[in-house]
Amino acid sequence: MRGVESAVEPGRIFALLDSNGAGKTTLITILSTLLRPDRGTTIVCGFDVVSQPAQVRQSISLTGQFAAVDELLTGRENLIMIARLRHLQQPRQVADELLARFDLSEAANCQVATCAGGMRLRLDLAISLVGTPPIMFLDEPTTGLDPEGRLEVWKVVKELADGGRTIFLTTQYLDEAEQLADQIAILHQGKIIACGTLMELKQLFPPAKVEYVEKQPTLEEIFLTIIGKKEAY
Amino acid sequence: MLLFSDLSVMLGRSLWYIFRSMDTIITATVTPIGPLLLFVYVFGGTIQSGTANYVNYVLPRIFLVAIASGTSYTSLRLFTDVQRGIMERFRSMPIASSTLLWGHVLASLVFNAMSLLVIILVALLMGFRSSVGLLSRLAVVAILALVTLALTWLAVIPGLTARSIDGAAAFAYPLICLPFISSALVPTRSMPPVVRAFAENQPGTAIVNTIRALLAGTPVPREIWLALVWCVALLLVAYFFALRVYNKRVP
Repeated sequence: MRGVESAVEPGRIFALLDSNGAGKTTLITILSTLLRPDRGTTIVCGFDVVSQPAQVRQSISLTGQFAAVDELLTGRENLIMIARLRHLQQPRQVADELLARFDLSEAANCQVATCAGGMRLRLDLAISLVGTPPIMFLDEPTTGLDPEGRLEVWKVVKELADGGRTIFLTTQYLDEAEQLADQIAILHQGKIIACGTLMELKQLFPPAKVEYVEKQPTLEEIFLTIIGKKEAY
Repeated sequence: MLLFSDLSVMLGRSLWYIFRSMDTIITATVTPIGPLLLFVYVFGGTIQSGTANYVNYVLPRIFLVAIASGTSYTSLRLFTDVQRGIMERFRSMPIASSTLLWGHVLASLVFNAMSLLVIILVALLMGFRSSVGLLSRLAVVAILALVTLALTWLAVIPGLTARSIDGAAAFAYPLICLPFISSALVPTRSMPPVVRAFAENQPGTAIVNTIRALLAGTPVPREIWLALVWCVALLLVAYFFALRVYNKRVP
């Protein structure tokens, strides 16, 4: 990792794309205080990750590839545990509110290990909202999910950003970044080589050629239509 | 105050794990009770231990085996926490860094206390008797707690560093075997010189002899200091390394 310079605006969805092994994992672990950077300055929410890790941890939540839910606990127990660790006054009430908001009544009283992938991810997102940290790191949130689960997660992520939260998203799916992100950065060999909105990135390329292509439905559209979920994005 | 509340959440979580998997308590108890039965009823008749009651003689060693196999569950639980990624969630949260480890360690004390209680009950049924005063009993409890604490912190290290679940569990095997080469089962005078030297100087022997003397009401041997020094030294070294490994851990 060398010379990553970037600033993320509050209240936006920032997507980080990387070519394989470009250092995305390293970047996330540094930003979430799990790894000390060798040098340079990293500021998260106004706090330095090296000298003020406690304040940084107060302002962030980490979800996805590394940070998991406790599989032996139920959904409600997970939420209550995290609420107590964030020293909230009424952990049970917080848990119930989030269960209702994320439509998690099924997961509330059964062990997470037995939940479906989409349900588990919604629970994961709900957990990362406990204590309302202003910045959320979503590390490959939809990897391994079925198309339905993916749409569910997208919907939640959009709602969260609309609610004023800053979201730092990493993904391997380019369509995901295209759908969700306000700002996109491309990390290659430890450097951010391009950064901007989708429109700005598009302008880096020659103007679009107009071609007539017969519009075939994608497999995703077919799948979602057949199972009766028409609200495809 | 916040530290205390974090710790109680973590301890609660670890205890919850233990009570949700009662099979681990059964395993941790049966593993040492098997040898207890074996040594008392199968070998006990032919072994000349110098004490009339062989259950009394062998019980301290069974305690050590129970603790060694009991603490290996701490390795397993920590390893699972690392594997499932729950560790990284806790580490990215504003809680004191060692509370997760302390939660597991304190839960291990509770877990081992339960399994030792069951073993004592079985031993009583088999004829174990001790008529010593409260102070001696408390001393035995204190030594067992110290041994458990030291071995659990030792168990934390493979739990954090192991690459596979087998690796995490394997650390306990040498510890379980160690008491065999000691005065724990038979007096050492029948052993060849080299084995005897090891047997008489390894920490297990000092601990076993101390507990045995405390339970029998005979004068406590000077080895008690050796036992205490071993335990405290192991505790400090293991604690230091465990925290070092934990704070250096990178996903």
